[in-house]
Amino acid sequence: MVGLVKHFGRTKVLNELNLSVAQGEVHGFLGPNGAGKTTTLRILLGLLRADAGTMRLLGGDPWLDAVDLHRRLAYVPGDVALWPTLTGGEVIDLLGRLRGGLEPQRRASLIERFELDPTKKGRAYSKGNRQKVALVAALASDVELLLLDEPTSGLDPLMEEEFRHYINEVRGDGRTVLLSSHILSEVEALCDRVSIIRDGEVVESGTMAQLRHLARTTVSADLTTVPEGLADLPGVHDVVVQGQRITASVEARGMAPLMAAMSAGGVTAVTSAPPTLEELFLRYYQKAQP
Amino acid sequence: MTGELTGTAALVRLALRRDRWLIPAWVGFFVAIATFSATATVDLYPDESSRIAAANTINSTAALVALYGPIYDPTSLGALAMIKMTAVYAALLSVLMVILVVRHTRAEEETGRLELVGAGVVGRAAPLAAALLVVGGASALMGLLAAAGLAGAGLPISGSLVFGAGWAATGLCFAAVAAVAAQATTGGRAANGLGFMVIALAYMARAIGDLAEAGPGWLSWLSPIGWNQQIRAFAGDRWSVLVLPLAATALLMPASFALRRRRDLGSGLLRDQPGPAVGRLSSPIGLAWRLQRPLLLAWTAGSALLAFVMGSIAHNVAGLLDSPGMAKIIQQLGGEQGLTDAFLAAELGLFSTIVAAYGISAVARLGTEESAGHAEAVLATASPRIPWAASHWLLALAGVAWLLLVAGVTTGLGHALAVGDSSQVLRITVAALARIPAAWVLVGLVVAVWGVWPHATAVGWGAYAAFIVVAEFGQLWGLPRWVMDFSPFTHSPVLPGPDAKLAGIVWLTMVAGALLAGGSAAFRHRDLAG
Ligand SMILES: Nc1ncnc2c1ncn2[C@@H]1O[C@H](COP(=O)(O)OP(=O)(O)OP(=O)(O)O)[C@@H](O)[C@H]1O
Ligand SMILES: [Mg+2]
Repeated sequence: MVGLVKHFGRTKVLNELNLSVAQGEVHGFLGPNGAGKTTTLRILLGLLRADAGTMRLLGGDPWLDAVDLHRRLAYVPGDVALWPTLTGGEVIDLLGRLRGGLEPQRRASLIERFELDPTKKGRAYSKGNRQKVALVAALASDVELLLLDEPTSGLDPLMEEEFRHYINEVRGDGRTVLLSSHILSEVEALCDRVSIIRDGEVVESGTMAQLRHLARTTVSADLTTVPEGLADLPGVHDVVVQGQRITASVEARGMAPLMAAMSAGGVTAVTSAPPTLEELFLRYYQKAQP
Repeated sequence: MTGELTGTAALVRLALRRDRWLIPAWVGFFVAIATFSATATVDLYPDESSRIAAANTINSTAALVALYGPIYDPTSLGALAMIKMTAVYAALLSVLMVILVVRHTRAEEETGRLELVGAGVVGRAAPLAAALLVVGGASALMGLLAAAGLAGAGLPISGSLVFGAGWAATGLCFAAVAAVAAQATTGGRAANGLGFMVIALAYMARAIGDLAEAGPGWLSWLSPIGWNQQIRAFAGDRWSVLVLPLAATALLMPASFALRRRRDLGSGLLRDQPGPAVGRLSSPIGLAWRLQRPLLLAWTAGSALLAFVMGSIAHNVAGLLDSPGMAKIIQQLGGEQGLTDAFLAAELGLFSTIVAAYGISAVARLGTEESAGHAEAVLATASPRIPWAASHWLLALAGVAWLLLVAGVTTGLGHALAVGDSSQVLRITVAALARIPAAWVLVGLVVAVWGVWPHATAVGWGAYAAFIVVAEFGQLWGLPRWVMDFSPFTHSPVLPGPDAKLAGIVWLTMVAGALLAGGSAAFRHRDLAG
């Protein structure tokens, strides 16, 4: 999708959003609360209509070809609402059939793996179990694309592990997944590529390796003499000098100049903490605040 | 015990904040209707002889007695002016009180919002207590303002006061009924349904009781609405009868708190049973049927019972007419058969109005399915939008038709058994079926509004109330013809009877079809509401 714009009344929720997900990849979709992730997914489903921008989904137009596209995809909403009087099993079968059929074997194995009791009425499920019903309903059908909106919110760690196994199997089958999430470890473990959205714009998009590259390494070193102007080196941030010891957070491009400068000062010890995505994400998230 | 009610004050404020438009609008509506009726009647019947003539006509017309109850003092201006207020509007304001109580108790629990509140410093009984305080306050306010309005319109003060007290006590009594219903069921819809059913039964019991020659008179005394009539405002002012609704309230309210204490948050009195692990539903219409079925079954049972009773007392109405002045009117109406037909036609007209309420509540599910997120789940599958919407409105249309069929057949059966003439069944069934299109128009109206503004399906109820008011009071208030013509019910054929306007069937069906098509098309082009 290119240049996607969506207003709710006067507020602009999506602001020229560009997002591309390649076939066969597991794509992570991250961003602070209210950034527009759910809105984007609902536009992709043709539930909302974009005000401007162009989109292709599986070769079709999400608004005009919604029904045909929906045969080829499955969706897990962020807020799972089940009909209070229908059992979980009935919901799974209903949604599966409405999509054009589900695979009984896969349904059975998913129910077993997620330890779901399909005989309970919708209102009797706990939050995590409601989430499981929606997951089983989506994952049990043989579709090309899965759109998952915070699919593991409410799942316990064992079930989350189960979910990760399953997504890896899905990836093995060559299917595509777009997964919105706030759980960084999950994204890090599962996703081939990640897009970060903030205030309705994608601010960063790339493979995990590329993003890691953007993340900063924390370097601390003991020097015999501390050279002047370390803080002015390109790509070097947050320099703190305590006597002979300095610490700094360094982008990939700042690494070489910093090393050169430090060896000129005589290095006696150096440690570097590997870049964590966590820090990168937090940086993007925090910029949301004024 | 101290803990149980902690936080009630805060919840009362929350409820008042949520209902800051709803309660004043409804209280204002009822007070205005009562006041207008009083002033209009004062103008219309300035002298006693005209009042006596009017009161005698009403008392000797069984259809009117069944609908409104008798006038206990034909010389009384107030009793004539409040004829429609004492039973019909007391029932309608009770509907409002049920809705209000359920809205702040069971419906909140169902959505999980009460959980949010209940985790705060809030006693277990506080939400129920707050709801009853708010609704009790609304009842009292309504009664007080109505009394003031009537006295202001020139009716006797003591009659106005006892009338207002009667309204307030009736409202309170049904608020207590709703409080019990909200504990016994697990959903807001079911709680409302149970409350409405009690109101309908109360209304029906007094209708039969009031036709004392045709049925057992003591039935009126089993009904809170009957009690409100027996207070006889402006016709004896029997303050002591107020003890009955107040005593019922005093029994029901503690019962609701006792029930609340015995159950968990979110549960009803019955435990949920496990259901099938494998589902057979495979289409939007199957789903819609599954969701609408319980409501339709309850309505079917209720309509069949009510219609059968009405049908079996219809032939007695001619016997009620002992006043000599009526002989001429009977002749004009085509003898005793004509009179019975007029009664039956009036009953079927009432049924079509009641069944339209079913149509509105059934089709309003489109709005609740959408706001609950259920529509999102269905429409994210390969189910297109229009068939999903149509599955709900088609079932609402079919439900309306079915209920009127049931009402027609059972009224016909009741009447046929009573007079020993089996041809009546078909005749009355056809008459009932002719009323279907008017009720369809209301279903269409809700769909049209929802298609454009998904959160505004309540407009359907507003229009429904307006149509009823216009039909009831249009003539009294001297409204122009074209205003009254807005109501679909005025265009229904009046059957059985000699001068049915059959063209109405065609027009009403076309209007309903246009509204449905327009609403569905609009829905296809808008965002799904979350
Ligand atoms: N129907 C609506 N009407 C008005 N504003 C809306 C509507 N739906 C969403 N918004 C607004 O759009 C913005 C984006 O919402 P969205 O649900 O897409 O966020 P999100 O990224 O999914 O957040 P979260 O992480 O909390 O799920 C929010 O500011 C929200 O308030
Ligand atoms: Mg979201």
